[in-house]
Amino acid sequence: MRPDTVSPTAAPTADPDAPHDETVPHTHPEPGVDPHPPLAQAGRALRVGIGGPVGSGKTALVAALCRAFAGELRLGVVTNDIYTTEDADFLKRAGVLDPTRIRAVETGCCPHTAIRDDIGANLDAVDELAEAVGPLDLVLVESGGDNLTATFSRGLVDRQIFVVDVAGGDKVPRKGGPGVTSADLLVINKTDLAPMVGADLAVMDRDARARRGDLPTVFLSIVGDPTAGRVADWIRHQLAHHAVRHPIAAPAGPA
Amino acid sequence: MATSSLLLLLADGRFPAGAHAHSGGLEAAVAAGRVTDLASLEAFLAGRLATAGLVGAAFAAAAHRAVTSAGPAVRGSTLALLDAELDARTAAPALRTVSRRQGRALLRAGRAIWPEASFDDLPRTPGGAHQPLVLGLLCAAAGLSRAETATVAAHGTVTGAASAGVRLLGLDPYQVQALLVGLADRCDGTAAEAARAADDPPERLPAAAAPLADIHAEAHATWEVRLFAS
Repeated sequence: MRPDTVSPTAAPTADPDAPHDETVPHTHPEPGVDPHPPLAQAGRALRVGIGGPVGSGKTALVAALCRAFAGELRLGVVTNDIYTTEDADFLKRAGVLDPTRIRAVETGCCPHTAIRDDIGANLDAVDELAEAVGPLDLVLVESGGDNLTATFSRGLVDRQIFVVDVAGGDKVPRKGGPGVTSADLLVINKTDLAPMVGADLAVMDRDARARRGDLPTVFLSIVGDPTAGRVADWIRHQLAHHAVRHPIAAPAGPA
Repeated sequence: MATSSLLLLLADGRFPAGAHAHSGGLEAAVAAGRVTDLASLEAFLAGRLATAGLVGAAFAAAAHRAVTSAGPAVRGSTLALLDAELDARTAAPALRTVSRRQGRALLRAGRAIWPEASFDDLPRTPGGAHQPLVLGLLCAAAGLSRAETATVAAHGTVTGAASAGVRLLGLDPYQVQALLVGLADRCDGTAAEAARAADDPPERLPAAAAPLADIHAEAHATWEVRLFAS
């Protein structure tokens, strides 16, 4: 069973052994009770890039975030990954996102080019989503699986999340690269697999801190947390800042 | 000379107008087993130059002419006519869509890079104006000549597909560049022919077509998994 096929109704279970980053808001203490005030709306959607190596769990994280924000935010997804009807069906079956809210971008075997050097096709996809389904609060831009050097252009996304997984080896944070060192949020995924692959989460935590300074890192297991609570909270926090930076333009009055 | 640098800038495959995501029909031709090696890639590129290359370069040159020599009153109507004529020369609906999509990408780059230039004469066709028209206006905004505009257009039709060949077939990149060197004279010749043709009225512009490329494009558009957008 793939971790991302866990029933969305499963109760999140906290892993007491997982390293905890105090700089990131924790999940809500009472399920069903949202302690946050309603978010202010922004003049345009917040665009969040989700990058990382092949198989690190980018699509599963997107699905988890779709579950987390269902009924809360107007959401769209642009995927640069090789995208099949199975992927669309997966999201549809999981009930997480209407396929009309997903756009796929072909990258001509250059996944990093499409998100960094030549971003027009992705910007077009973001525009087309808004044209097709109306104004959005949040657009998740998922990169194609690439390597540790791939990052998003600031012309395409406002914030970026880099996803690595413990099965890729606990040395990944030490290797660094722009994704690990400079992403606004580093997600170390599949912590449930750590004992099976002999990955030392404490080492990954220490190396991530050394590489990233004050930038936050989240340890995640979508098996235990099918709505990626801490990542979703981080995005809510970014949305609040975004609404301040990009307020809704005052309606034009009569001349 | 400033003009030379601008010519190189616009002809560079790294110019952010989405060229990396298009194979110029090569992905479909490779899948059909029609392009398998350097020799068949060369034949494919020569065919592309003689058809899509000539037509695209002629329409880019004609659009350049429309905005540099026609009076402001007829610019819009000439460009609208060019857009309709190019539509008529693009038999495959999939390729019309691709050309308009590439036109939009190029226009996005053009508006960002030359914010003072006027692109408002372009026809407001659903999906955007065809790529060669936008290229003609972009080259005019950059101060390139009509001949240089045709060169950028013809050059782009072969270099994009050649680069896709390196990625799809794993060909030796040095040998693919050598192949492009071998095609350079023909590319210049096509550009010169296109620049001359731009003196003719829109309905008389070249109409060279490649039916197999049209069929490939229609099939490619239905694939479930594509690496390239065209």
